[in-house]
This record gives sequence, structure tokens and C-alpha cells, in this order.
Amino acid sequence: MTATLDRPVAPDAMAPARYRIGRTRQDTRDTFTIELEPVDGPMLRYRAGQFTMLDAFGVGEVPISISGDPTRPGPLEHTIRDVGAVTHALIAAPRGAVLGVRGPFGTSWDVADGMGGDVVLVAGGIGLAPLRPALLEIVRHRDRYNRVVLLYGARTPEDILFGDELRSWAHDHGIVVEVTVDNGQHAWRGKVGLVTNLVPRAGFDPHSTLALVCGPEVMMRSAAQALVARGVPGDRVRLSLERSMKCGVGLCGHCQLRDLFVCVDGPVLGYDRLAPLLSVREL
Amino acid sequence: MTDGPRIIGRDQLARLVEVLTARGYAVVAPTVRAGAVVLDEVVGADDLPWGVGDVQDAGTYRLRERDDEAVFGQAAAVRAVKPVLFPADELIWRGHRSGTDFAVTDREGSPQRPVAFLGVRDCDLRALARHDEVLAGRAFADTRYQRRRAGTFLAAVTCAEPGGTCFCTSMGGGPHPENGYDLALTELLDPHRFVVEVGSDTGADVLAELDSEPAGAQDLAAVHDVVAHATESMGRSMDTEGLRDLLYASAESPVWDEVGNRCLTCMNCTMVCPTCFCTTVEDVSALGSADAERRRVWDSCFSEEFAHIHGGSLRTEVRSRYRQWITHKLAAWQDQFGSLGCVGCGRCITWCPVGIDITAEAAKLRAAAPLTVGGAR
Repeated sequence: MTATLDRPVAPDAMAPARYRIGRTRQDTRDTFTIELEPVDGPMLRYRAGQFTMLDAFGVGEVPISISGDPTRPGPLEHTIRDVGAVTHALIAAPRGAVLGVRGPFGTSWDVADGMGGDVVLVAGGIGLAPLRPALLEIVRHRDRYNRVVLLYGARTPEDILFGDELRSWAHDHGIVVEVTVDNGQHAWRGKVGLVTNLVPRAGFDPHSTLALVCGPEVMMRSAAQALVARGVPGDRVRLSLERSMKCGVGLCGHCQLRDLFVCVDGPVLGYDRLAPLLSVREL
Repeated sequence: MTDGPRIIGRDQLARLVEVLTARGYAVVAPTVRAGAVVLDEVVGADDLPWGVGDVQDAGTYRLRERDDEAVFGQAAAVRAVKPVLFPADELIWRGHRSGTDFAVTDREGSPQRPVAFLGVRDCDLRALARHDEVLAGRAFADTRYQRRRAGTFLAAVTCAEPGGTCFCTSMGGGPHPENGYDLALTELLDPHRFVVEVGSDTGADVLAELDSEPAGAQDLAAVHDVVAHATESMGRSMDTEGLRDLLYASAESPVWDEVGNRCLTCMNCTMVCPTCFCTTVEDVSALGSADAERRRVWDSCFSEEFAHIHGGSLRTEVRSRYRQWITHKLAAWQDQFGSLGCVGCGRCITWCPVGIDITAEAAKLRAAAPLTVGGAR
């Protein structure tokens, strides 16, 4: 018999733990942040960039990045866009309702690798949510980083997430926050255009920079190209990939990108590894 | 008892089924169901396909009457080990809702008897080793597979008559079971008997309950002849030299357009493939019931839904899905698990309704590839 079969049977990673909704905060028209407290056991510990599988009983399960502060105790936070049956059930569940949580799964931003240098974060749309734990980790140890730049693109001014925090990160923590929108009607006085266009003129030293990028794949690809064009090494540019995920633990096969199981090898992956894969259509 | 190969008579096959049943196993062996040989539960040796042969080619499967009484005289059965140890539909957990709360009430489903397989070929033994690695050899395991697998008994057989779609010898295997079995039988005719090799202590214990005698030099020479003949009888072959680099370098090959135009995305290949392991989950709840189930069901990279994220599928074109499947089997699997994801059983060729042939597609990619890629040309 093969040696693998002598291993003890591992705990079942497919069964959810119960978490109770403490508060659901509406961030924008279609995006909500839910705060969860464990019902059965201790609060899970996670690293910035990791995700969980969130379960609405009888409806289904979806992968959602954790958007909370990994450095402080407090409720488990997920910021969720209302785009499907499961996400709708999650954001519509009342205070006190119980959800299922599996995880945390996947790789981290490992933002500490940027200590002693500059950190550039490029976010598109809901992509700011998975970057928030990294920003909070930086804010917690702000003196260990040099220049920190957040470039954030939203569709419209009404779609801007975490507005109060963006101001606080800029005013209280010395983070350069540049926000741009695709559609800047109404009273918008800020920038209009693609967030990737902000990369060439942003103030950072490419050779000492760690760049963290999260958003739609086409936006991440051009942001990564712009960062590399500025001189940031490919292995210092990290992207968080979105793929179909049914298990979160490398068993279901859905998230495969050539040799990668994005749920365990990712979601955070170096651009040096991703560049040849993302350049092939429908790989 | 000595460790050397032994001989059992034809009548001892019935005894073997009895012994395994008495030891508490459900015995799963080749049997004819709906016009095809499948591995399924049998109650006695009469259920086995005595005198049944098969004809397999691209898009073709027919049973035929043999002119002898051979019981294992077929190539790969439609389904063998995979659907038993890794069911197509399985409960992960069941829960009960009360108000806005819920509790998981069941994570096991109904208890099952351990399974003794009789008549497993080397291709399926090697596919099983792949599943052991994928499903039970990494950081996270499929715990249901792991439990079921740990209690499994395997009586393998030498594949005496490979079919028209077989190419196991190209993929590192061969007609004779090499390891991973409890017992290995080689069927010999004139007189009808079986040479039995022991692969484990449990196998030795089971064999001790049968009437056997040491195999003689003539018996062993006959086994050698059967294996040599079968090795020469592979209907297909595949050049595996540099396959990984060949597939990766062929990501934009025109071959994908051509095969994409023929493929019906019916998913037959992934269903019959003994190594394919992709699954999805389904939530099942009856209207008006407070209970719901999460089930794990087989899925296929040939469905458009497979790579669906918010905004649409990442693989809308058939060419992209065929590329994903064959690239995973022949290339990415090597990076992920250090082995080929194809064992050369030929089922995907036989059961493809339009006869798409993985060996032919790999050869086309090689012919279309730049000269610098893929080793031997």
C-alpha cells in the first residue's frame, strides 16, 4: 500500500463552523461588510490576504476574502458585493443569524516583506476589500515602512469603499491615497480615469517597493505591467486572483490555472509566476 | 506458506468471492451490465463475465462472445475503482435549520462495508495511486475517500488482452500488476487456472483460505508469455518525451481550434477517466423542509460553468476546455504531483462519441510544435 494511506485521517475541511452575525454595515449601494463572532469555538486566526468559504444555509457557499484587521482581536469581517444568490443571502441575513465559515484558506500578502521599503497598493473596485487587512497591518506598524501609496479606482464616487478610513489613512498615518473613478459626474472633483494610469507618476522607489494589486484581472494585468515598467521586480508585484472555488483546499479542481491550485497556491501570487499564464487567453 | 506464486483452479474463484464476503467485504468485480463490462458488486463467481470479450476502438465499444471460457478476457471496464472509492455523488454534510440558526447533524452518511475489488488492471491500480496522492496525500484530504480507501482489498489481474484504445505501456505501466495490490491473478487456459502472486499480509491470509499449490516453472513461463503477448498488443501509443514542455509551448496551437470543433463537451471522457477528480458541490433542500444537504458531485472541466466567476466563464470556448483537460493530464499534473495524470487505459478514446483520441491529439501537437520543443521528433 502507498505511504500516503498510513497518514491519520485529517479533520474534515469541508464542514463549516458556525458564526453569528453581529452587525452588517452597508458600505455602498451594493456592498456590505458583515461582522461575525464564533458560536462553537475560538475565533479563527488569519493572515492578510486569506479568504474563507462563507455559507448561507441551504443556499450555498462562496469564497470571500477577509477584510478585517488581522493584528487586533475583534469580529471577523468580510466585505461582500451583492452579485448572486449566495452573496445576497449573506448580506440579507439579519443580526443574530448564523452563517457557516470554513477556513481561512490560501496565501497571504505577506506585507511584512515590504518593511524597510516602500509599499504600493493598487485596488480596483471591490479589490480594496482584500487589501484592507494589509493596509491595517501597515498602519499598525507604520514606522517600519517608508512611503506607502494606495492607488484606488472605483466605478463612480458612490462606489468608493471605506471612505472614512481612506481619509484617516491619508491624514493620520501618512499614506498617500489617490482615488480615481471611471465615471465622475455629479460633484466629483477628484481624478477620472483608470487606476493603472496613476502608476507611472506615483511617488515610490521601484527598487525598494513591494506592490500589492487586487481588482478585475484585466486591471491587475495592466497595473502589474505598469509597475514592472517602472522597475519593480516581477517577484515583488503580488496579485490576488479570482477563480471559481468550490472547496478552498485544492480538492475540487475548479480554480486550476495550469499547474496552480489558486485556492492553496494563491490567491496571492507573484507576477513573475503569473505573467506567462495571464497572457494566454482563457487559460 | 511460501511467498512464491501459487496456482489455484478455476473453481477457486468462487471460493475467493466467498472468502472475501465472509471477511466482511462487499466484493466488486467485472460483470456485465447494460451491454458493457463494469466493476460492480457481485454475490458469486457466476456473476463474472465468463467467456465475454470486448471490442474497443475510438468511439466504439461492443461485447463479443469469446471462443474460450476466459473470465478476465476484456480490456478496461467502463467503470472500475473510481466510482466505488470516489462516488459520483456523496453527502458532505447534512444540517438542520431552526430560525436563523442551523446545526450540522450528519457528516458521514450511511456506513458502508469495506470493498474488495477483484479483477483490477494495472492501469486502474496506477490510477488509484494517483488518487491516493491527489485526495489523501496532500495538506487537505478527502476524508471520506481516505477512510474508504484504507479498508480496501485489491485482487488485481494481469490484462491478457488489451483493447484497441489501450496504451498503458507508453505511460509507464504494463499488463502485469506491479504493486499496490493484495493479490495478483494471471489467468491461464488449457487447463483453466490462475497464477496468484501475493502483495500483502492480508493477501497471504486470503490465499491461505483457498486450495492452492506452488506454481511450477511451466506456469510461470505461461505468465511470461501472456504478459509478453499483451505488451505487444497495445492498440495505441503515446510519445511521452518532453510532453510537459510540449503542452506548455502549445498553448496557442491551431490544433485546439480543430479539436474544439469536433468536441461535443459531453464530458464522457472525464466521467470514465480513472484519474479525473474534479468535483463541485450541490446544496439540496426540499421545499418546506428545515433540512439541507451539501453534496459533493463529479464535475468536468468541459462544462462552461466549471470556470465560472462573477461576470462569466473564464473558458467560454470549447478549444480552451479541451486544452485545459489534456494540458492538465499530460503536463500540469507532472508539476503538481510528479507523475503523468494519464495511465493509458484508453477509456476517454473508447467512450468519446466522436472518437477524439488523446494519443492522436498529443501527436498532432508534437507535429505542429516548434522544433525546439518536446524532445524526439
